[in-house]
Amino acid sequence: MPIVRLQEIANARTGDKGNRLNLALVCRNPAHYQAVAAQVTAERVAHVFAARKPARVVRYDLPKLAAFNFVLDDVLEGGVNASIGLDGHGKSLSFLVLDIPVEIATDLPRVTRVTQSQSIRERT
Amino acid sequence: MAEVLIGAAAGFAGDRSDAGIPVVDALAAQAGPRFLMFETLAERTLALCQLVRRQNPQRGYSPALERMLPPVLARCLEAGIKIVGNFGAANPGAAAHRIAEIARTLGGRPPRIATVEGDDIADKLSHAELAAREVGGNSLAQSRKIISANLYLGAQPIAQALDQGADIVVTGRVADSALALGPLVHALQWRIDDWDRLAAGTLAGHLLECGAQVTGGYFADPGYKDVPDLAEVGYPIAEIDQSGGIVITKPAGTGGVVDRLTVVEQLLYEIHDPSAYLAPDVVLDLTDVEVAETGKDRVRVSGARGKPAPETLKATVCFDSGVLGEAEISYAGPNASARAQLAAEVVCQRLRKRLPRLDIRVDAIGVASVLGAGHNPPDLRAAQTNDVRLRFAAQSTDPAQIEALLDEVEALYCAGPAGGAGVRRRVTPRLASASCLIERHYAQPRVTIMGART
Repeated sequence: MPIVRLQEIANARTGDKGNRLNLALVCRNPAHYQAVAAQVTAERVAHVFAARKPARVVRYDLPKLAAFNFVLDDVLEGGVNASIGLDGHGKSLSFLVLDIPVEIATDLPRVTRVTQSQSIRERT
Repeated sequence: MAEVLIGAAAGFAGDRSDAGIPVVDALAAQAGPRFLMFETLAERTLALCQLVRRQNPQRGYSPALERMLPPVLARCLEAGIKIVGNFGAANPGAAAHRIAEIARTLGGRPPRIATVEGDDIADKLSHAELAAREVGGNSLAQSRKIISANLYLGAQPIAQALDQGADIVVTGRVADSALALGPLVHALQWRIDDWDRLAAGTLAGHLLECGAQVTGGYFADPGYKDVPDLAEVGYPIAEIDQSGGIVITKPAGTGGVVDRLTVVEQLLYEIHDPSAYLAPDVVLDLTDVEVAETGKDRVRVSGARGKPAPETLKATVCFDSGVLGEAEISYAGPNASARAQLAAEVVCQRLRKRLPRLDIRVDAIGVASVLGAGHNPPDLRAAQTNDVRLRFAAQSTDPAQIEALLDEVEALYCAGPAGGAGVRRRVTPRLASASCLIERHYAQPRVTIMGART
């Protein structure tokens, strides 16, 4: 099976509350949901953030949205009001996860370079 | 009963002044109950406004209203579009007076302005009592003086203000989503224990509260996630029906995109446990929510479920935490990374000796700054670049220590490695914040109607 970076098949967005990071991961093609669920585990995400020493990583699964919500505790160097780093909100951190390599089946279409609404526009 | 339309014109205090104009154009072309919401109050903003109010009792509201309201205010009043915003910050009464002044300058009918207050609990609970209610840490127990303590009020006082005929509702701290739920409770007469509808209204508010983040803002990744005409991204409009059905769309002719992917990214934004998103009026359960594209830039969101409102209300407490100092210097050309490496080592060595307790962070912008864990000093030996900008930062309650760091960076000009260039230095006052859970009886919302003629 081919290996692709998560960025090829999924979208991610991060937000914060205090020292806690919230990371949403959304499959561009819902057919990839099971493959991502099996490979992008809480443990794997914790490993990607190891340098920031997360106290806890929880993954919430949202199969109806083909999405996952990761909550990472204590990874923002104190949070936006305490961190002396440049990105206290953790807004750039979604791209750490999008760099994770995943294996996907060859018979599944990869949805890249086009959003669904563009395809709607093309149909209309 | 008619659908309710709610547009969002601001997702934060720094948002665009002209964002509301296409939204108001679209709302004005429709009939029925229509609202425009402004979210301009980040956690720290309210504390900064509290400090301003202490200096001047006529100020302490969000200065964002000065630039965000004039482009849309007259049009909203003409078209019967009600405005709901949290730009009252630490002083909703003063904000209401200022809005009345702006309306007078613009001419036309004087608006009926309501304020929602009662979120400020700094006088109701002592420092120790707040510290005892802190969650997720114990920073208040050792903190310096508390600057602000504000509960997150819910939708009911906003709905009451609208029930009393307000054209404009100005709040202090409320849950961001309440800026949409309040209008819905008012217009659709939802009961305060109709949990599923309150959940749907909270979800609509959550999708709107960050403005363009649901319509293609904070989304584009060229080649992977392309967004048409991002420069003129349209801000969102939600259409909500009596049963709590939601459609997210945006004004015709604007840039951006509303599709399954933009909506789901925002749906989960800062939500934490999707089965229990706590709001003042309801606990929102997103686990059965479904999202369907029903047309160009139209997405239907359904399936929100509600559970009874939490026993306690969240409060944000802010306190002085000293100053942040930052200084930057550039090294460019052949061997730039080695010279930057040496500069970082010089500053760190001198400060270790002179201020051993000051914690310094060094970033090499363009090489290792935001994604890393902050090495000190960074290891630039393998960096393949001929353009490095070093950033030194530290925080302290002693401003003299911060000045010492910034002076050391500036001294690199003459005493550091060759070619050090473009020093910039900045000192920013720092406010830290903590979250508390507060018993509901401390929340005593007050709705006041201010006559624009007074």
